[in-house]
Amino acid sequence: MRYVIVGNGPAAVSAVEAIRQHDAEGIITLFSKENEFTYSRPLISYLLQGVTDETRMRYKPDSFYEDMRVDCRQGVAVVSIDKDAKNVTASDGSVVPYDRLLLATGGRPFIPPVEGLDSVPYHTFMTLEDARGLAKALTPDSRVLIIGAGLIGLKCLEGIKDRCASVTVADLAEQILPSILDSEAAAMVQKHLEDQGASFLLGDSAVKVEAGLATMKSGRQVPFDVLVLAVGVRPATELAMSIGLDAERGIPTDTRGETAIPGIFAAGDCAKSYDITTGTERVLALLPNAPQQGAVCGTAMALQVPAPFSAIPMNAMGLFGLHMITAGSMIGESHIIRGKNSYKRLCVKDDRLMGYIMLGDVERAGIYTALIREKTPLSSIDFDLMLEKPQLMAFSRRDRQTLMGGSRL
Amino acid sequence: MKKIYVNEKWCLGCHLCEYYCAFANSGKSDMVKALKNIRIHPRIHIEDGNGVHFAVSCRHCVNPLCVKGCITGALTMRDGMIVIDEQKCVGCFTCILSCPYGAIMPDETGHAMQKCELCAKNAHGEPVCVQGCPNQAIVYEER
Repeated sequence: MRYVIVGNGPAAVSAVEAIRQHDAEGIITLFSKENEFTYSRPLISYLLQGVTDETRMRYKPDSFYEDMRVDCRQGVAVVSIDKDAKNVTASDGSVVPYDRLLLATGGRPFIPPVEGLDSVPYHTFMTLEDARGLAKALTPDSRVLIIGAGLIGLKCLEGIKDRCASVTVADLAEQILPSILDSEAAAMVQKHLEDQGASFLLGDSAVKVEAGLATMKSGRQVPFDVLVLAVGVRPATELAMSIGLDAERGIPTDTRGETAIPGIFAAGDCAKSYDITTGTERVLALLPNAPQQGAVCGTAMALQVPAPFSAIPMNAMGLFGLHMITAGSMIGESHIIRGKNSYKRLCVKDDRLMGYIMLGDVERAGIYTALIREKTPLSSIDFDLMLEKPQLMAFSRRDRQTLMGGSRL
Repeated sequence: MKKIYVNEKWCLGCHLCEYYCAFANSGKSDMVKALKNIRIHPRIHIEDGNGVHFAVSCRHCVNPLCVKGCITGALTMRDGMIVIDEQKCVGCFTCILSCPYGAIMPDETGHAMQKCELCAKNAHGEPVCVQGCPNQAIVYEER
């Protein structure tokens, strides 16, 4: 069997591992557009912060490609796919045939339509190269404007805060982190970030940029030395669309990760998955999902039956020592517990936990995540105990015996 | 593979396992010197309530969600045991979000995670919590 993997992130390399579990002989060729060893993109903010370095950012051991006997073409992109002849053409002119193809092409930053952007230098914050470029541009005197107060924009803020003079974060939304937090939790986090010296312009967007100056919708003018665009990520699906897949908003796949074209699979930030909390197919561009999707694809590509995988939105995020963990969807009846420096909201519907937000105190959050993932009937547990804090005590003695006596997972 | 299992009905709730765990991972050879006047950060925890007590520590899942979710590759599976490379860990807490047992937590620095590694990485070699349990409420065996 000949396998071609397009991509070199967590989904891609997890697929490689899964293939090798079942097929020691097959030929695996991997194309990595970025000229890097496989690394974890969410670590770039930690790199700028000085919490990690490029060596420790490697997502797999140094011997990974050798151990997995992968022909890794670093710095080489796949430019086209011939789905009838079953081969790919790469940017170095090589043509590689495949029996099974994995598209793990990830995402790319969304660039908003702002007047003047084509003539003003700006940074995005997704790849290692982006991080290196931003590090180079920053000086202790830099005034930085970050457009986007989501996960990427705020991790960027944390990463660069001590490398520059000031950081202003602007977002069209009225609150920060709108994708994961409600307004009350967001206000708490915003206060914490302001205490660290960050400034926010919310409910406002940049309509025009010129050298060193952004003009906002409100008319306000924001001077800057360095501009970072962190408005969002879109699935990188040009290759998928070029072979006729309906992939504008992510590549649709079946439960085995196979696309509408037999033999072609997709995983990670470019692929849709089934969100069990909303019951919809959508891109969940979150690292914890990518390796699992990749493993599903790799197993299926090696002609084995993969273990089922349930995707749910899930995020763990820390900003200047304040941690927040969220999972699922905020659907149904809310149960809110407020502490001095903490906030917790659980959403319940149809006897199931659908989603939660934990801010400040995030101890043992995964017990809540498991309730969502396993669709545990809340009538089978002591919900009051569970609401108080995540604890196995809330399960029945018999369920606990299964959990602690044996291995459920 | 041998793992730690919990016999809930025999647990006295004495919390000795927590102290043995803290001692085993302290790097010191004298338990009193290791634990005197310090706030312990054990990797095993007793849940108490209404006359019920039981210990919770890493289950070393066959399908470990903490390992799959780890954004750095710091958590890996080695011969069936889940281990953490503290040098790679950045303290993002994704493993706390992932673990269905609540069995992984920040270490005393707060910057990296810690978890039960079955005392394989310390000087004791076999789980000290099990050796110290006075009532065999936690056992280390093949099942």
